[in-house]
Amino acid sequence: MRARTRREFGRLTGAMALAALGPRLAAGEAKARVVVVGGGIGGATAAKYLAASARTIEVTLVEPKPNYTTCFFSNLYLAGLCSFESLTHGYKTLAQRYGINVIHDSVAAVDPVAKTVWLKSGPKLPYDRVVVAPGIAFNYDALAGYDEAATQVIPHAWNAGPQTQLLRRQLESMDDGGVFVLVAPPNPFRCPPAPYERASLIAYYFKQHKPGSRILILDAKDNFNSQDLFLDAWERHYRGMIEWLPAQFTGGIKAIDVKERSVRTAGETFKAAIANVIPPQQAGQFAQQIGLVDQSGWCPVDPITFESKLQPGIHVVGDAASAGDMPKSAFVANSQAKACAFAIVEALAASERAPPHLFNTCYTFLSPDDAVSNAVSFKPVAGTIKIIDNFVSQVQESAETRHRAAREAQSWYAAFTHDTFG
Amino acid sequence: MFAPTPRVQVPSAAASGEVFSVKTLISHRMETGLRQDEHGNVIPRKIVNKFICRYNGVVVFSVDLHEAMAANPFIEFYLRATESGRLQFVWEEDGGGIYELEHQLTVA
Repeated sequence: MRARTRREFGRLTGAMALAALGPRLAAGEAKARVVVVGGGIGGATAAKYLAASARTIEVTLVEPKPNYTTCFFSNLYLAGLCSFESLTHGYKTLAQRYGINVIHDSVAAVDPVAKTVWLKSGPKLPYDRVVVAPGIAFNYDALAGYDEAATQVIPHAWNAGPQTQLLRRQLESMDDGGVFVLVAPPNPFRCPPAPYERASLIAYYFKQHKPGSRILILDAKDNFNSQDLFLDAWERHYRGMIEWLPAQFTGGIKAIDVKERSVRTAGETFKAAIANVIPPQQAGQFAQQIGLVDQSGWCPVDPITFESKLQPGIHVVGDAASAGDMPKSAFVANSQAKACAFAIVEALAASERAPPHLFNTCYTFLSPDDAVSNAVSFKPVAGTIKIIDNFVSQVQESAETRHRAAREAQSWYAAFTHDTFG
Repeated sequence: MFAPTPRVQVPSAAASGEVFSVKTLISHRMETGLRQDEHGNVIPRKIVNKFICRYNGVVVFSVDLHEAMAANPFIEFYLRATESGRLQFVWEEDGGGIYELEHQLTVA
């Protein structure tokens, strides 16, 4: 695997964006109808690129919530480094500039035979193709003592929104000297570096405002994403403040006690001033309901078109999809959604298929001025998706390099949310 | 500034003759002495160089650790329960720092 520079990646992504303008349906044909279910990053991107790529497709986006709050950068909000509003995006531009029919409703069912989406409020939407981007669901059955009701006391804050605000309020009202216990989930889960970025930024907040407080990470795993980068940063910025215990030491997380605000492992019980439990995850509820999920808990898809391997005519993008080497990140959802949109445009126009370009780019904050990044490209190989090129930050980079990455991350956020929502 | 936290997982009771697992972990950077700081100065070596377990005062397990050991050394080993008493765990750091834990074991 050859290391690529960030500049080369910029060129590749640029090429991909131009390719977006390529396929067009012939004018004068009857409009094809595509319904997109779910207005997160995957769904919003799919809707936008379908609408932008072919004027002859009528695109409907169904999403119950009026706004979307990004999970990415929400750890900055937890540390008091950005506002909640700055993470929140609406669907107005998608509706007005791209002519997408945005419906704020839930989907009750999808009938793949009649090719109809049924909305909860009653109406039926006929479709030629449907894209679902259901995101994640939490597997509460896998964690004793923790359920939907418990999240009001011990938040997961793993879907950005009220949960994130609750955790922020808890941090603000915590007395100095407390222990913040973070339970990190087993693989695979949404955004692999994020639990550890969260620990880093909360340590930053503690260092400024509650310097006698500590963070304990109880992990369901024996190692984690970018571990060397995090351990190095924790030593440099937050020496002794963050302790990480792998499952091989604790024997695994056995139960959560909401009343005691404690976490029980095989051998010990850890009491918390604040507990943040990130539960085991699986494909979103809607994917399970309409039969897109296999035994793994995720949705198997074709690596080129992102069409479900279980339900023909239904495409799945984003965190819910099983996509080989691709991690569950917002950028991956966006990249998959573009590939999926082009595949649908090509299929509807019966034009030639071009192999998709698939990417991931992530920025991770270790402190507000110290960020690391990765950039990975993927391609479909033998029925799955493999990494073909990989750039990752290294330990011992200069402070200037890290500072630059932190500034780039802000531009990345602006460009990326613009690409998705407007 | 907080000191490294030594931890052990060990049962508090065992049957006579029973073999039980002891898990230990100390959150420690294990600085190798081979890295440089941002000004190009060598960061001095600071590792946990020795771990010892005593059972009623007798050394029953010990390990010498070197620079290639990863951060946060996790050591798991097994002991046979012979008599009730005190398990003592000692981590020795470069520069003479010592971290200690004790555990009471009841053998029935």
